Amino acid sequence: MTPLDGKGAPKILVFSTNAISDPGIDRAGSAHLHYSPAVQVIPLPCSSGVKPSWIVHALERGFEGVFIAACGGDCAFLPDCTTRTATLVTRAQTMMKEHGISPKRLKMSGLCSVCADNFVAHMNNFQEELQCVEA
Amino acid sequence: MTEERRIGVYVCHCGGNISDYVDVKEVAETLAGEANVEVASTHLFACSDASQQEMIEQIREKNLDGLVIASCSPKLHMFTFRAMAERAGLNPYEYVHVNLREQCSWVHKGDRPGATAKGVNLVRAGVAKAALTHPLTPLRIETQPRVLVIGAGAAGMRAALALADMGLSVYIIERESEPGGWTAKVGRMGPDNRSGPEVAANLFERIREHQHIALFTDAELTAKSGHIGDFQVTVRLRGEEDLSLNVGAIIVATGFEPYRPRAGEYGFGLPGVVTLQEFRRMLEACEGPLTHNGRPVRDVGFVYCVGSRQEEGEDCPEPNAHCSRFCCMATSFSASLLHEVERKSNQTINQYHLYRDVRTYGRLETVYTQARADGALYLRWDPASPPRVEPRDDRLAVTVKDTLLGDEELEIGADLVVLATGMVPRQNDSLNDILKIPKSKDGFYNEIHIKLRPVETAIDGVCIAGTAQGPKNLAESVASALAAVARTGALLKKGFVNLEPLVAKIDTGRCVWCGECFNACPYGAIEKIHIGEKEVAMAIESSCKGEGGCVPVCPRDAIVIEGYRDDQIMAMIDASLEEAVPA
Repeated sequence: MTPLDGKGAPKILVFSTNAISDPGIDRAGSAHLHYSPAVQVIPLPCSSGVKPSWIVHALERGFEGVFIAACGGDCAFLPDCTTRTATLVTRAQTMMKEHGISPKRLKMSGLCSVCADNFVAHMNNFQEELQCVEA
Repeated sequence: MTEERRIGVYVCHCGGNISDYVDVKEVAETLAGEANVEVASTHLFACSDASQQEMIEQIREKNLDGLVIASCSPKLHMFTFRAMAERAGLNPYEYVHVNLREQCSWVHKGDRPGATAKGVNLVRAGVAKAALTHPLTPLRIETQPRVLVIGAGAAGMRAALALADMGLSVYIIERESEPGGWTAKVGRMGPDNRSGPEVAANLFERIREHQHIALFTDAELTAKSGHIGDFQVTVRLRGEEDLSLNVGAIIVATGFEPYRPRAGEYGFGLPGVVTLQEFRRMLEACEGPLTHNGRPVRDVGFVYCVGSRQEEGEDCPEPNAHCSRFCCMATSFSASLLHEVERKSNQTINQYHLYRDVRTYGRLETVYTQARADGALYLRWDPASPPRVEPRDDRLAVTVKDTLLGDEELEIGADLVVLATGMVPRQNDSLNDILKIPKSKDGFYNEIHIKLRPVETAIDGVCIAGTAQGPKNLAESVASALAAVARTGALLKKGFVNLEPLVAKIDTGRCVWCGECFNACPYGAIEKIHIGEKEVAMAIESSCKGEGGCVPVCPRDAIVIEGYRDDQIMAMIDASLEEAVPA
């Protein structure tokens, strides 16, 4: 699949986590893989701490998609991190609908500290999908 | 409106790793003219001593009050630059690290304009965050020079001795009435044929003689409060008397349980089908020929990987995916013990070892080699068609497809079938409720980092040692115990500990105490306090992990994590979307 590059590629904001998914995203760099420069990452301590209001703000201000690279089962803080993050996603999607934003603009996936290929695949797929999202 | 900041922005070439794909000069020049930026320049290697010195001088000269360095991943140099900021007289928490290499130059190699535009956005986001920083002070905690070790098996006892030799006082508590754990029950162990009970007795003897160690048997932890460096713990002795202790750190060495097969699993429940632990006890008790049911034993079958490396199935809904590490060695060593019985009593015993892979790694390989040299037969099976154990004419019949004989099905008559049962996590619900150490998928306690922080847990001041963390042989258990000692000693001998101040902060003006944050925090870091008549939540800095699980659940938006506050995240989002200004 050809990554979507340059102007016009949907802008994605990724929330990563310092100990788990951010190292996985770093690994894509160390492996010199390639994804679109329209993808930008903000690292946080844990995906259970993402506020739905941040997601809505990002989408209202101009990001076309938000991707939560969640700690998943590897979270060193919270054994139920995946459930907590999933609850936040549901809450955020409800809030997005209230703001007239398609819930398809938010995605979450557990991303481990070596999941470089997965991350790149997620970004490519999400950008493809976002091109078909209307609201 | 916040006051204008004086931020220094430094963009690193990383010797071409960044500058070959990102126009670092353009990034610096773009940022130079923007709000809050006092100075912006590039460095060939920002991490080099010369560059650091130059930045330090500039920070002092220009009286900078914030710092952004765009370079490699923060995993490599965030702490380097935090320390540099401190040397320059800046608060280290007014430094923001931007990942311009792993998350920009290296992933957009074919798109220099795109990578440069993104670089500008990343640095802008960093500046936006830095503009909203304020000085933070790490929490300094005096540490108590005493350690609680939970579990008096080999790992716990070895840890206690090493800690006491450092000059720390040690309390070691054991739930059973005797110390020694499984080591005291195992008999002789490979590869050096040492007696487990002797090893345990030696350790116990040295502990008894050590003036800095107090060992309590029939003792259980019933309460824990406090934080790293200063825990209050309650230990219940003999189920009645409570003992209060004050310790600076805790080492959890609670060990494992042997896997107990399900009824019918490889014939378990049939007369003559025993676990590895039961078989070892038979050998220890055996004087003269080995008999079973009053008859001399002629054939013994061993089935490896019982309770380990399981796959999900109807009869195994929660499989143990892990390898138990010790059982290939222990079972192959049993072959030698059995050969010894054979020689001593002039008895002929045929041995059939049905294995999946023989994992007698390192020098343990000699045990496997010896077993085969002495005549033990090893037959390999595939998990798709596992061996079957059935009763046959007062004996047992083991049917196995030997993959190395072109899947030929063999039937072996046996008097005894030994199931090489692995390790499973110990059931310790009440202890888990008190300690709150995260567990991994396999149910064993989880370390922070499997390679780089292998004995520390998410609970600061609490380390894990031995098989409480996962299957290990004795040598590995002791090695992990001594690693836990090194971490604990380093913590307590220093006398104090600095904790990251990037923790939860609650706006008591907004909070109306609904209890949501209290329920969301597994670390007991939220406390209800009274401000006048009003009930509000307060975050206990020393217990808070700063992961932020309480932040999104607060219906009043009253909680932030320092370093990741709402205003900072919102500002980063906004800054990321500003259109790049051409240089």
